[in-house]
Amino acid sequence: MLEPKEADDHKEIIPIKINDQNITVPVGITILEAAHQIGIRIPTLCHLDLHDIKMVNKTSSCRVCMVELSKGNNRNDLVPACVTPVTRDMEIRTDTLRAIRARRMAVELLLSNHPNECFTCPKNLECELQALAAELGVRQIRWEGERMDYPKDVSSDAIVKDANKCIYCRRCETMCNEVQTCGILSGIGRGFDSFVGPAFNIPMAESSCTYCGQCVQVCPTAALTEVNHTDKVWEALNDPDKHVVVQTAPAIRAALGELFNMEAGTLVTGKMVTALKRMDFDAVFDTNFGADITVMEEATELIYRMNNEKRLPMLTSCCPAWVKFIEHQFPELLDVPSTCKSPHIMFGTIAKTYYAEKNEIDPDNIVVVSVMPCIAKKAEAKRPELTKDEHNNVDIVITTRELGAMIKEAGIEFAELPESDFDSPMGMASGAAAIFGNTGGVIEAVIRTACEWITGDPLDNVEFDQLRGANGLRKAAIKVGNKELRIGIASGLGNARQLLEQIRDGKEDYDAIEIMACPGGCVAGGGQPYHHGNYEIVRKRQEAIYQEDKNKQLRKAHENIEVLKLYKEYLGEPYGEFAQDLLHTHFEERERI
Amino acid sequence: MKICSLDDLSKIRNDRRSLNSRINGRSIEDRIEILVGLATCGISSGAKETQLAFENEIKEKNFKNISVIPVGCIGNCYSEPTVQINVPGQSPVIYGRVHVQDVPEIIEKHIRDGIPVDRLALTNPVDNKQMRIALRHCGLINPEDIFEYLACDGYEALGCAVTQMSPEFIIDEVKKSGLRGRGGGGFPTGVKWEITRAQPGERKYIICNADEGDPGAFMDRSILEGDPHCVLEAMAIGGYALGADQGIIYIRAEYPLAVSRLNTAISQARKLGLLGPNIFGSNFNFDIRIKYGAGAFVCGEETALINSCEGKRGEPNFKPPYPAQKGYWGYPTCVNNVETFANIAPIITKGSSWFASIGTEKSKGTKVFALAGKINNVGLAEVPMGITLRELIYEIGGGIRDGHKFKAIQTGGPSGGVISEEYLDTPIDYDNLIEIGSMMGSGGMIVMDETDNMVNIAKFYLEFSMDESCGRCTPCRIGTKRMYEIINKITSGKGTMADLNSLKQLTYMVRDSSLCGLGQSAPNPVISTMKHFMSEYLAFIPDPRAKLKFNVNKHSRKSKKAD
Amino acid sequence: MTKPQAIKAAEDRDQPLPEEYFDELEKFIIDMGDTQGALIEILHKAQCIFGYLPRDVQLFIARKLGIPAAEVFGVVSFYSYFTTEPRGRHTISVCMGTACFVRGSDQIIERFKEKLNIESNQITEDGNFTLKDVRCIGACGLSPIVMVDNKVYPRVEEENLDNIIKTYSSEGL
Repeated sequence: MLEPKEADDHKEIIPIKINDQNITVPVGITILEAAHQIGIRIPTLCHLDLHDIKMVNKTSSCRVCMVELSKGNNRNDLVPACVTPVTRDMEIRTDTLRAIRARRMAVELLLSNHPNECFTCPKNLECELQALAAELGVRQIRWEGERMDYPKDVSSDAIVKDANKCIYCRRCETMCNEVQTCGILSGIGRGFDSFVGPAFNIPMAESSCTYCGQCVQVCPTAALTEVNHTDKVWEALNDPDKHVVVQTAPAIRAALGELFNMEAGTLVTGKMVTALKRMDFDAVFDTNFGADITVMEEATELIYRMNNEKRLPMLTSCCPAWVKFIEHQFPELLDVPSTCKSPHIMFGTIAKTYYAEKNEIDPDNIVVVSVMPCIAKKAEAKRPELTKDEHNNVDIVITTRELGAMIKEAGIEFAELPESDFDSPMGMASGAAAIFGNTGGVIEAVIRTACEWITGDPLDNVEFDQLRGANGLRKAAIKVGNKELRIGIASGLGNARQLLEQIRDGKEDYDAIEIMACPGGCVAGGGQPYHHGNYEIVRKRQEAIYQEDKNKQLRKAHENIEVLKLYKEYLGEPYGEFAQDLLHTHFEERERI
Repeated sequence: MKICSLDDLSKIRNDRRSLNSRINGRSIEDRIEILVGLATCGISSGAKETQLAFENEIKEKNFKNISVIPVGCIGNCYSEPTVQINVPGQSPVIYGRVHVQDVPEIIEKHIRDGIPVDRLALTNPVDNKQMRIALRHCGLINPEDIFEYLACDGYEALGCAVTQMSPEFIIDEVKKSGLRGRGGGGFPTGVKWEITRAQPGERKYIICNADEGDPGAFMDRSILEGDPHCVLEAMAIGGYALGADQGIIYIRAEYPLAVSRLNTAISQARKLGLLGPNIFGSNFNFDIRIKYGAGAFVCGEETALINSCEGKRGEPNFKPPYPAQKGYWGYPTCVNNVETFANIAPIITKGSSWFASIGTEKSKGTKVFALAGKINNVGLAEVPMGITLRELIYEIGGGIRDGHKFKAIQTGGPSGGVISEEYLDTPIDYDNLIEIGSMMGSGGMIVMDETDNMVNIAKFYLEFSMDESCGRCTPCRIGTKRMYEIINKITSGKGTMADLNSLKQLTYMVRDSSLCGLGQSAPNPVISTMKHFMSEYLAFIPDPRAKLKFNVNKHSRKSKKAD
Repeated sequence: MTKPQAIKAAEDRDQPLPEEYFDELEKFIIDMGDTQGALIEILHKAQCIFGYLPRDVQLFIARKLGIPAAEVFGVVSFYSYFTTEPRGRHTISVCMGTACFVRGSDQIIERFKEKLNIESNQITEDGNFTLKDVRCIGACGLSPIVMVDNKVYPRVEEENLDNIIKTYSSEGL
């Protein structure tokens, strides 16, 4: 049903005809692909081809891509272009009255079972169904009948599920089961009442959902969206007693511009900082500062675990979706992740301790806002073990999309903004921290530091190409002195599962492993601007991230003088007792539903 | 004991010669046989009690040379429990509605005195029109005794096939016979086998579709309950022909009796080596498993059926790839219906030209119809293709019940359409039925009289399709719902001409755009009733002025063009 | 008509399910050996053992087979044969096949609903009856048909209903 396309090498070339144009195409491609080659756009809705991450949703269920096939004398057939392969001498018309009507009626039918609340919908102007209705010229909904009427699921801190807006395209189900292998979402029920949801239709919060948000990223409507926390930020900003600190994750600056019609891959670090300052945050800091601390801790922990014959490999623990994944799915492996908190949580901790003390602010009055490319971070910030002294280490998490919305609400012309720098001290960051947003970036950052610490010599080249790449599952061997570090890297939870199974079954030996839940890394996070099926956008964001690293003078975390100062003045030794107390956490087995 | 060769088979058959005469309508010399129809309908009407009463009565009266034999459906469902009595030298007599209290009378009069009990005897003038191929053993042999099947040439076809024929020859024979799929689609069976055989694949599967979901159709159940071995044998032949060593029977869980008889049959066949390794001493291995449905009509669609066999939600997939290319667990798979299989063995033993001589030009052989509704003789009838509806309804079905008038007949269940009186003389075959706006379907035929409202009938079928829609594609999931809502509005007297119009548009859209056969055919009952009985729709519309403006003929001609 | 039952949020149970039922189910699964594709078969067995498929049973099966619970629930909620609600002591099934429909089964089920004061797929207050509309059971010759548990009542007319209910009510007391 959902097998990825096979390689197109040495395929036979056949002639076909689309709207009276004669063309030749390789056998086996779909009508949709053939039409695309000659610039004919056929609308699609359920269809989603994310080849880069091996996800192809071809349920052919929405039926908005119907085209007419000429059948000689017989009545012509209407076929779905997204799955129908071309055959020799096929005659296709995409523009007949019958095809146009069928497509329009399919959307009309979908709308007849869809809440009429576009104005107030979180996906207003981002909704693919809405866009299709406009594109196909739907001007009426003739059938006013029963609509689905399920309660909205707002149980979780991360994802809102509104089954009434589900058009049953099954993209989320494919993503959740085939790419992420979480198995949370399934088609439920039959016929008119069907929708996609978790087992027993339990609230999302009770499920084993990792909140990776990839389902949100591919949902064409607002059936799956993130929990909106922008108002909480506005409230904090408008509370004179609060000192509101904002931090932005490495991946934000590589994607935020897209929300303001800027070219994908445009780095907007300076503009972003200016915008945040104009929104009146009391301090605009960088999560990359937290990332540098994370490197200090993780590199020390890795060396400690290697030297003391402790459990190896060590897995990075920056990604909260993957942490939740291992807790539900591989409880027997809970001793392998590094105990480090994730960078933004470390940042939050430091903000409410070191920063608070230094600036003589009551931590009670500090509000830490994280801007994350991630939906899972919202739930992570609410984990009970991550709240210390009854304060949340991070108070509010908003996504890149939510920040974009707030900038718009504030009336800021983003593209026109001048650039400015992060505030000091927690705005300083190395290039190693910048690449945390890409798959392979966290481990590369740790290796840069670990290498120098182990060998005592500075690196000639800080860029480890063997750790980079588009493949979702990679391994590499890095020579460190007379030792070889075996590294495994997975992005996407399906790939993570493979890697974890290798470890569990003792099939592969690794010293260190990096896992990111989102295919491609945080740049492709569930909270990033919608890519609408164009993974080229994600690649450009990745390039931008590596550029941000190149732009930095400091490329290694342990050269960040503000971080070093923090350890000297406050934390003591990396991975020392106090540092562990503040910056490390623990994981626990969770039920699998 | 295993049967390892055709010789072994004929030895067994010779030991049981007697049965062959039963098949030919006789009893052996001094033996009286009482056949009690013990299919689901019979049992629910008390046939088991009747059977017991016969046995007790015979024991009590100390009769010798009488056997009481449980058989499958005799076909006269309207008069269950049915009993057939074969007395040597006389033609068999079929009694209907034989209850416990009737047993002594039959024993005394018919068995002892040789005078049939006219009161209970069924007059069946129809048998000359019937021709039994698929039902050849139903109601004549004990379905739970493999030796009865063997005695009437059972497994002969399989034995010949695997020891004397090449797979190509068999496929060719089936192709030449003109046999088309009896599940409704009418795809040539031989071609399906050929395509599956031609596919590369380390493993192949042959599946028997016994998910008879069509409300009002019960021929597959009757075959499975009355003659399960004929399906097993044909599946093995098919497996040999297309290169499959595993067969699956996908059967409705609602058919417990058929399931239990199939299980019995499979284990008996295994015991005799007719399923399993090295069948008839050849190097052909074949075995059969049963998979259960769980109440989803859409699983009759082959891709949905395969998904269900794999233990998944029974949602259909887009074709291509066809099951022949990529079926059960991705392997080439051939799905045939029960009745299709029931025709295979006779084609192999009697030859394709014999089969091709029956029926019409493009529809060969016979078809089993389940007659139900407002008809006198509800039951199963197997007739050659090409018989007219009139013959079927009036001669075999005994005409309309309670002196009412024929109004319409629905063929093909919720996927088919209604056929009005003007087409009663159309010869029934696949293509003619499609021509007149219905379809063969699995062969259910529901007769309606003048008291039935056709809009309500359409609504009934639409409700069925709506409830059974898997929900995967938009037109079927939402379209059937909206059609149902409109038709409901119309029947409750609140409809308008605009509703009729949008209903019509919707029917075409759902038909043209749906993913699978269920959705594509769901509007058929509406389309056909609107075509033949528009006046009944109009009668529900309250605004008479609108009615005047609406020109029925013009409207339907126009939509035909757009169609 | 013959829909799978309505989807509700997970249920709470008053009493724990009998341990020996789970043992029996586990044995069935173990004896099966290869469980690939066997989910529906196992659900049939489980419904046979427990009478219905409560959440814990579905979860049990998911874990035994190593598949997501959502997949199990997706299948259970798709097929009308499976039920996640306990059933009454007796199940009254009214056949809704075409043959039965044209001979008045729609009226029969309406009368049953009135008499038992429940809707289809519901259980009576005293727990004695579950009313179900079922798909054609293929005994069209006897239409309209009512089945109580496994007993078939052929050619049922509205005036028979009281008797049918009475037969099973007295038994239940």
